[in-house]
This record gives sequence, C-alpha cells and structure tokens, in this order.
Amino acid sequence: MTPSDRPSDRPSAWNAEETERLEREPRGSAVSPAAPPVLEARKLHIEFGRQPVLRDVSLKIPRGQTLAVIGESGCGKTVLMKALIALVRPTRGQVLFDGQDLAKLSDKELTDLRLRYGFVFQNAALFDSMTIGQNVAFPLRQRGNFDRKEGRRTVIERLQQVGLSENVLSKKPAELSGGMRKRVGLARALILKPDVLLYDEPTTGLDPIMSDVINQLILGTRRQMPVTSVVVTHDMHSARKVADRVVMLYPLARLDPDESQVIYDGPPEGLEDHEDSRVRQFVRGEAGERLRELAAP
Amino acid sequence: MSTPSAAPSRRDQPPRLSAVVSDWLAEWGRVVIETIVGLGEWALFTVSVFRWLLLRFPRWETLFPNFYQVGVNSLPVVALTGAFIGMVLAVQSYYQFRQLHLETHLGAVINLTLVRELGPVLAATMLAGRVGSAIAAELGTMRVTEQIDALGSMGVNPIHYLVVPRFLACLLLIPTLTIMADFMGVVGGYFYSVVILEIDKHHYWDNTKNFVGAFDLFVGVFKSMFFGAAIALVSCHRGFHCQPGAEGVGRAATAAFVNSFVLILALDLILGIVLDGIYYTLWPEGNTLI
Repeated sequence: MTPSDRPSDRPSAWNAEETERLEREPRGSAVSPAAPPVLEARKLHIEFGRQPVLRDVSLKIPRGQTLAVIGESGCGKTVLMKALIALVRPTRGQVLFDGQDLAKLSDKELTDLRLRYGFVFQNAALFDSMTIGQNVAFPLRQRGNFDRKEGRRTVIERLQQVGLSENVLSKKPAELSGGMRKRVGLARALILKPDVLLYDEPTTGLDPIMSDVINQLILGTRRQMPVTSVVVTHDMHSARKVADRVVMLYPLARLDPDESQVIYDGPPEGLEDHEDSRVRQFVRGEAGERLRELAAP
Repeated sequence: MSTPSAAPSRRDQPPRLSAVVSDWLAEWGRVVIETIVGLGEWALFTVSVFRWLLLRFPRWETLFPNFYQVGVNSLPVVALTGAFIGMVLAVQSYYQFRQLHLETHLGAVINLTLVRELGPVLAATMLAGRVGSAIAAELGTMRVTEQIDALGSMGVNPIHYLVVPRFLACLLLIPTLTIMADFMGVVGGYFYSVVILEIDKHHYWDNTKNFVGAFDLFVGVFKSMFFGAAIALVSCHRGFHCQPGAEGVGRAATAAFVNSFVLILALDLILGIVLDGIYYTLWPEGNTLI
C-alpha cells in the first residue's frame, strides 16, 4: 500500500472554528476541587520484584477533571495509570473508583467496572488480527446483545467523532499511520461512552500537527461527553493544552527516602515559575545537573 | 610510599574460598527460588484457566479459529510423521525379529508401540512444535504490544478470551490427532512390512489382533489429553509472561516447546506406570509377546 492509497491522516470532522473555540474555552472552571472524586489513589505503593516504582502516592481526581500526569521516563506514570484501572495491583495502598476499593472486587465485578473506563494506549494496542471496524466494535460485542446494524452505525459515528471516515472500516491496523491508529484507539475507547478516559502518552511519536489533532480530540471529547480524563504525557505542550490540573511524579531513585514522589500538583499555569527547580527544569526541557552526572566517571 | 607492585590491591588478590562458596550458594539459591516461584505462578495460572472454564463457556467465535488452527492445520504434519514412524519401526525391528524367526510378530510390535507410546507422544511433540510455539509467540507479541492489557481495560478477562479457547482446542483435538498418527503409523508399518519386506499379511494382522487391544488404544488416547492440556497451559503461560522485545518473544516460543516437551515425557512416564498398574490389576494374566 502506498502512502497515497491511505485514507487522509487529517481528521475531517474538525475545522478551524472548532479548534479556536475549544482553545478559547476556559478549562477547569467547571470542576470544583470539592467535588467527590471519581478516582482516588490512597498511599499507593507499587513494587516489581524488589524494585519500588511508586511510593505512597495519593491522588484525588474529581468528576469531569482532566488531569495530566507528567514526569521523566521511568518515574512510574504509566504504572500509576494502569493501577487506576487495576491492570497493575498495588503492593500497598488502595485505588477507589466511586468509593469502591478495586482490590476488593471479584474478577467479574472488576470486569464489569472496567466497562466504565476507556483506555487509549501509547501505541493504540489495536488487535492486529482484526479489521478497524472489528477493533472499534470489540467492546460492544463483548458487552453482549450486539446488534450488527446498530453496532455498525455506532462504530461509524465514533470513527467520525475522531475524524476518520468509514473507508477505514475494512482495513487492518498495519495499513494505517501512527496518528490514525491512535485515533482508532480513541474511537474504541469511546465506543461505550466511558465515565473515565485514560490516555497513555497520546502524542508520543507523532508529528506536531498530528499531536495537536490528538490534543483537540481530547478537548473535543470532553466537550461532547462528561468524562473524567487522566493523560500521562511528557509532552508539555499537550499537558498545558488539555489539562485542568497537572501532577508531576519524580523517579524514586533520585528522591530522599522521606520525600514525596509527587513534586507538583496544581494548575498548568503554575509549572513555569514553580519554586522547585526540578519542576522548572522538566518543563523547560533543561538537562541541568544530569549532564554533569553523565560526564562523571 | 607503597606501590602497586609492593602491596597488591584487594582486586588483584585471589577470591577467598568462603566468598566463592557463598557466591555459588547464593546463585543456586536464586535459581531454586526462581524455579519455585515460576512453578507457583504456573499453578495459579492453571487454576485461573479452570476457574474461567467453569465460570463461563467461551464464545464459538473465539473457539472455532483455535479449533481450526490446532486440529485441521496440524493434521497433515501429524499424519506424515505417523506414517514415517510406522515404516521406521518396521525397518529397525525386522532384522532382529528375523534372527528369531518371529518376523510375523512385527505387526504386534509396531502397532502396540504406535498406539500406546509413539502415536500420542509424536502427535503431542508435533503439536508442541507447531502450535505451542505459535501460541507463545502470538500471546507474547500481544503482551509486548499491550494488546492483553487492552483486553483487560475493555472488561474482557484475557485468560477467558485468549487461554480458555486454546486450552479447549488442544485438549479436545489432540485425541483426533493421535488417532490419525496411530492410523497412519499402522498403514506405514503395514506397507513396509507386507509390501516391501514381504511378511505374510495374514499372520501380521493375526498377531496384531492378539496383542493390541482396546485398552491399548484407550491408553494412547487418554494420555494424549494430558499432553494437549500441558502444551496449552505451558505455551499460554510462557506467552502471558513474555519479556519485552523481540528477544523476549523468541525466548517465550522456544521455552514453550522445550518445557512442553519435557512435561510430555514426564507425564508419559507417570501415566505409563499408573495405566500399566491399572491394566495388570484388571487383567493379571495380561498379554506376552513371546
């Protein structure tokens, strides 16, 4: 397949006015910090073997909020997000969804609860043995009572929501570009109208234009449905654009034993001039003392 | 002032015997602990597979492709292997039996060996090589590319969706593959013995009839179900716990075959002893070849 054969990389459902309107729209004002949290991590501690990755991380995510979790590679961002959906079991601590402790749910209860989540994976994690249509319809089929005609209509609707036409329905994931695969991943995550959307590095590996398309889709999704979002990213442009609140994690290996792993928790506007130099360095992309560490024998 | 030649540093000194022994013990301890942990994980995985199997039967749309892959696609290679093994048995046994003027007993030897041992073991070995490695590589790739996590995130239990259908396919279809291997082995052995070596076909079949009974057929087919279950559980477990990267997937596929093969042989020995015990309890007279 040549690039010219591929369906357009650029979403058709989005236009300049929509983009401008979303960017003008104030974010965060609608979410009260006092609102009951839909997701909560309490003193979360996760170890793999003897390697601790998260230490006593506590976090409350109110309904409707878009939270960006930032931090350098290996600081435990993805592990935190997988713990929020119980794909990773905490060594200690709790994760609560609407007040329910995920660790206390049976396999079946957890399976049912996960239908209220949508997860957009870093590399989309589409099933490569299935077509795009089958991938997007997969959660609908698994939920049961799948009506073929109604299902097809919903799939096309979701694909259009992320700017893809129905031409991609019969294609295999390998035939699509990275940006398109991510949008299919988002369409699949949206198909059951979840309460919580988790995005794992949604803009990683994409060109700046496609990154912005994904950012607009995250904003647009939030506008169209009352969804709580957690976005794990180290793309500061993306974090500033989509988030109401930013949490920055720091790698445990570089922290003192009594230091908190969350070194920033606040609005995106407060990142640039934060008093902690580690936050400022990360936001500005400055290596700082890391270069000296690398130079040391 | 001391120079390196005057006072050798600690690094230049030979390691103490106690340090060498403690390192050796620590290394062996690590291997033993990892083996026990691995067996424990496999046991929990197996329990989980049986629990999901009893809890909810998988859908036909997930069963059918696995049945096709395990059953239909494995049939030619199993049949071919069975035919060759039957002929090889005839070649290897003929000269020894001719010296004792017992050529006509070849039918009993070849067919008894095939239905009790070689048929099920070879069918299982082919299945471990063809299907087990493929299962480990496929599930390993799904693990590495987060497709297994994606299933979990969509409210689908990966063990129920991915493992249970493969387990059922291996468990239920390996008896048919074993019967095919037996049949082709019998045909291959007959062809070489009767057509090439010109052994009297009446006595060939007569001896077979006297020494190969329904229990022998049952033993082979019964054992094969254990082999099929072992192949599925080992291969799926290796795929599920695959290490990241292409090397991890390759290792999972190799380990799936090697571990399955070792387990097949170990199960063959244990089941052979148990089933022989049952046979001689039920029929103390038994059959003797000579």
